Amino acid sequence: MSESLSTDRRAETRETPDRRQQGRDVFVEFRDVYKAYGSKKVLQGVDLKVYRGEVLVILGGSGSGKSVTLRHMLGLEAPDEGRILVEDEDITDLPEEELYRVRMKFGMLFQSGALFDSMTVFENIAFPLREHTEMTEEEIARAVREKLDLVSLPSSEQLMPVDLSGGMRKRVGLARSIVLDPKMILYDEPTTGLDPITSAKINEMIIDLQSKLNVTSVVVTHDIQSAFSVGDRIAFLNKGVFEWVGSVEQARNADHPIMREFFKASSVTAAQPTTA
Amino acid sequence: MMFARTRSRAEEALYYIGGLSELAGDTIRATWRGPFESAILVAQMDQVGVRSLSIVSITSVFIGMVLALQTAYSLKEFGGSLFIGKVVSLSLVRELAPVLMSLMVGGRVGAGMTAEIGTMKVTEQIDALRALATNPVRKLVVPRVVATTLMLPLLTVVACLLGILGGLFIAVVNLHLTANFYIRSVIETVAFNDLASGIGKTFFFGFAIGLIACFNGLRTTGGADGVGRSTTATVVTASISVLIMDFFLTKLFLLFF
Repeated sequence: MSESLSTDRRAETRETPDRRQQGRDVFVEFRDVYKAYGSKKVLQGVDLKVYRGEVLVILGGSGSGKSVTLRHMLGLEAPDEGRILVEDEDITDLPEEELYRVRMKFGMLFQSGALFDSMTVFENIAFPLREHTEMTEEEIARAVREKLDLVSLPSSEQLMPVDLSGGMRKRVGLARSIVLDPKMILYDEPTTGLDPITSAKINEMIIDLQSKLNVTSVVVTHDIQSAFSVGDRIAFLNKGVFEWVGSVEQARNADHPIMREFFKASSVTAAQPTTA
Repeated sequence: MMFARTRSRAEEALYYIGGLSELAGDTIRATWRGPFESAILVAQMDQVGVRSLSIVSITSVFIGMVLALQTAYSLKEFGGSLFIGKVVSLSLVRELAPVLMSLMVGGRVGAGMTAEIGTMKVTEQIDALRALATNPVRKLVVPRVVATTLMLPLLTVVACLLGILGGLFIAVVNLHLTANFYIRSVIETVAFNDLASGIGKTFFFGFAIGLIACFNGLRTTGGADGVGRSTTATVVTASISVLIMDFFLTKLFLLFF
């Protein structure tokens, strides 16, 4: 029963193709990916293509499997079934040591920033350079300053992560994730837990980086505002399946019932922020 | 019902041992292959060794003194005070210093390591390391396990010396023996095989403590509560492992020395 249901739900995804994507270069592809943690089924047949140069927003409610999808992209999790391809290379069964090579293509901004507590802002951003390049200290200092400027955080190099606000931590996390000039940036809930003004700044930064660094981006969020302002395409994840994938313009008029409900609830919440 | 629970506990234990063995293999491989994080290793050796000196000193001096008092008391009828040097030194070198120092250091250092790595795990810092194409085993586990493996034997040597001095203090002050007599009795008693067995065991204890602490840290889930649980688990598991390993290693060393 559940098998036929999930097949039907995936069929629905295929009914809303975006013809503009045909013939474009695929950067990451998920083929029928399943993942469960114990008895909890998180991904239940995920099919997804991320095209080179686009900003794909993965939208969905809490616990829908958004972050898990993102973690599969750079091999932090391995699927139970299905295949994952990065630039046409099947990474599904690669051992951890080989995945490091694949991960060099990605930069990931974690939900909490995931800064190393014991290091200063400078050391955090310099960390990937010291690990993977032969750069001199002077070159490292220049690269760190350049990335801090890109995320609008100059002169914060000597601060410790504990001294930073939530928004600043995310920006430092972002600076660290782009310091090796990745081809693709993954954002895990970039605006969650931030005030509206800081959220807007982070959104601007994502758009700005997209044009300056010429990368491919995947943004995982449940923030509709953020999704519409940064995304080229939106993929709607519900109960472990992408039930709707299309452009941002198509998303505004999509007739998918749960997605409409999701949009409606978000706009109501945004309009009545102080009812509690 | 009870059978099912026992089975699931047994499965859990097997998974734990399997995971621990896998991490041991990864750690040995990563140590072998390098590159070695020497700056982190030095910092960890300072944390494990130098900063444990005070707790090790206090504990061992008092153990030596208590041992001297108890020996004198229990062997009074047989003129026990004459055997103080022999009993104190042999008990300390062969058994008490290695095991007690491992339990003390396992509690102090192991708990700290698990809390640190566990916090890194629940705040996604371990994932960030992996996402930045850095092996957490090489970066975090190897320096800690190497530090405990090398420092615990050194701390045990210090504990043996201080414990024997504690015994000397009681021998001279309480039992009115001469220092010369006590020291000669210690030197005549402790042979190479006693040292080899006593100190040799602590390399294994150190490796186990570091490994268990890191493993529990890396498998932490569930926020601050999870970190608390992992830390407790490290103290309990490390202590029990040291005591069980002690029996088998003592047996093994008796075969060779």
